[in-house]
Amino acid sequence: MQALVIVAHGSHLNPDSSAPTYDHADTIRDVGAFDEVKTGFWKEEPSLREVLRTVESDEVFVVPMFISEGYFTEQVIPRELRLDGWDVSEWDSDGLSASHATLTAADTNQRVHYCGPVGTHESMTDVLVRRAESVTGDPEVGAGFGLAVVGHGTERNENSAKAIEYHAERIREMDRFDEVQALYMDEEPEVDDVTEYFESDDVVVVPLFIADGFHTQEDIPEDMGLTDDYRTGYDVPAEVDGHRIWYAGAVGTESLMADVVLERAAEAGADVGDAVETVRERTRGSPAAGD
Amino acid sequence: MRAGQLDALVEAVAADGGVEFDGLNANHRDDGYGFRTPHTERTGLSEAEFREVAESNPWFVSNWFYWTREVGLGDRETGEADSGRRDGASARRAFLRWAERADDHGVPERYEALADGVSREWGQLCVTATVADHGERRYHLRHVADADADLSSLDVYTDPLEARGIATYDERGRYRPLKTAPTLRDGWAFADLDGRALVEAVDVVYPATVPNWYREREGRLDVSHWNETAERQTGIYDVVDELDEEAVEWIAESCCVDSQCLKRRMWDADEETELDADRGDGVFPCREPCSLVVAAARKWTTLEREESRTYEFELTPSEKEQVEEIIDAVADGRTDEIREADVYEGANRYRARFLRAKRFDDEGNLSGTPTDE
Ligand code: SF4
Repeated sequence: MQALVIVAHGSHLNPDSSAPTYDHADTIRDVGAFDEVKTGFWKEEPSLREVLRTVESDEVFVVPMFISEGYFTEQVIPRELRLDGWDVSEWDSDGLSASHATLTAADTNQRVHYCGPVGTHESMTDVLVRRAESVTGDPEVGAGFGLAVVGHGTERNENSAKAIEYHAERIREMDRFDEVQALYMDEEPEVDDVTEYFESDDVVVVPLFIADGFHTQEDIPEDMGLTDDYRTGYDVPAEVDGHRIWYAGAVGTESLMADVVLERAAEAGADVGDAVETVRERTRGSPAAGD
Repeated sequence: MRAGQLDALVEAVAADGGVEFDGLNANHRDDGYGFRTPHTERTGLSEAEFREVAESNPWFVSNWFYWTREVGLGDRETGEADSGRRDGASARRAFLRWAERADDHGVPERYEALADGVSREWGQLCVTATVADHGERRYHLRHVADADADLSSLDVYTDPLEARGIATYDERGRYRPLKTAPTLRDGWAFADLDGRALVEAVDVVYPATVPNWYREREGRLDVSHWNETAERQTGIYDVVDELDEEAVEWIAESCCVDSQCLKRRMWDADEETELDADRGDGVFPCREPCSLVVAAARKWTTLEREESRTYEFELTPSEKEQVEEIIDAVADGRTDEIREADVYEGANRYRARFLRAKRFDDEGNLSGTPTDE
């Protein structure tokens, strides 16, 4: 038996933080690639300390719903899951390349294939693009459009900017959008000045965040000038300095994210059959989770 | 009992030489088959006779079949016993047996009780086990407050994952950060679940309570006490190990009692130092301070760094009591219950507003006394 366990941050204050994790778990459960699909959280239940106990399988694939490698993926999750002998060097990563490591969970004796975070996986690039398609309602979106990938910035986590740059560069290489730019909340180039970085009239702005919350729903829309007060909402697209800003909200709520989770597990050795294609198929055109 | 169940029994007896389960003893020796229950004892039977006797004791056969073949763990049973730790499926089975009080009652009594439904409480959940055709168990799940409600008056669900929506918000629509808080809303039911779906639904409402309860029953619940848990913390939670034992006592008293959380607190300051606070009477244990408590403790750690000071306030005796009543009402979450016009309650809103109007200065200082003096 093989199980998939998606681990995420969660929140004590609102349910939005865990909602995308549940949605993607449901999508994967529906395609039947795993005997069990479970979720565990840092701030919700089951806790990371106890999630493996809820799993009956011997073979467990753990995929972190986090954007970048760092404190959570390197310290908190392995410690709380009690992964015997974990050492971050097992990932042998440059901050973007963590794939997986196989360890034993001291608590349950299960074999745990601990995967790198979803945010740094190459197929996350496709999710960013899909997010642009869903927010514009145009599966061909690209020509005449600029795309901004927004991240938190380096002050919080050195690797977070790496993930933003990485995907921005990959989208640039697709030659699909007229312009692609990485922007940040806490450092230059800042998302506040989004219109200065684009010549295109239409700009899709996609925050590389797992869930919608304070930053993606309040800070970023206000910083970009989509609205003076997030509580009054904003239009999509909204007119700012002569540009049309198509603000997409957190990429993590896009239903195609389930595919990234599956790919992480498949690369760690999970037998997922044709689930990857099925998920790609099924999440196309379906409304983004949380919409 | 179905023919297939009897065939399976004959096969098991032939393969293993005997079956002993819930009062049923079926065996095959040199002198033929034997079939024994608390009420029947037959030996030296031919296979045909054995089948005949078994057919007249169908409950014992279908009960054996349900527990060993349907809920059964197959090959996993030995594997789990060997590992001694990985026990998801054993926990599920133990929970389902608990639900029908299998340890307390023999098969005939149980079948009679199951015909009406056997109900047990798991936190605010009421779990009801029933027996369907051929000994198959079916389970119902609802809020204890709805134990006697007519099914037609409840929202009925079938997919265990739908319990998520029920467990996320309390009846006033507020987010529930602690799943085991006694604020589960009622008005819903899961009807006609199989054993696996029942345990899944319970796990959605009260995550990981079944495996932890099972470990406790097996005498190997691993408890992480406060000190150990606090020392494990890193990052912004690194500071919580500064709290002294008295403050830890206050935490347990504030957060872990039955009025706030239905888990039975098993952790203490450390293995030697028990906390006095009430542990609660919950059926399932709490094996370590939860993330909510750790996060709150972080705030208390910074607050506890402050030294007490002496302030001077002017209050009438009744006003002092009123302040105490307000704190009580907020701490017990009773403010909503205090009626708008009930000015006999110290925590009544008009009373509180009057006190504020009278005793606060323009900066909101009680008795006009600034905080940092
Ligand atoms: S520590 Fe345990 S008993 Fe206390 S509130 Fe958290 S879950 Fe409940």
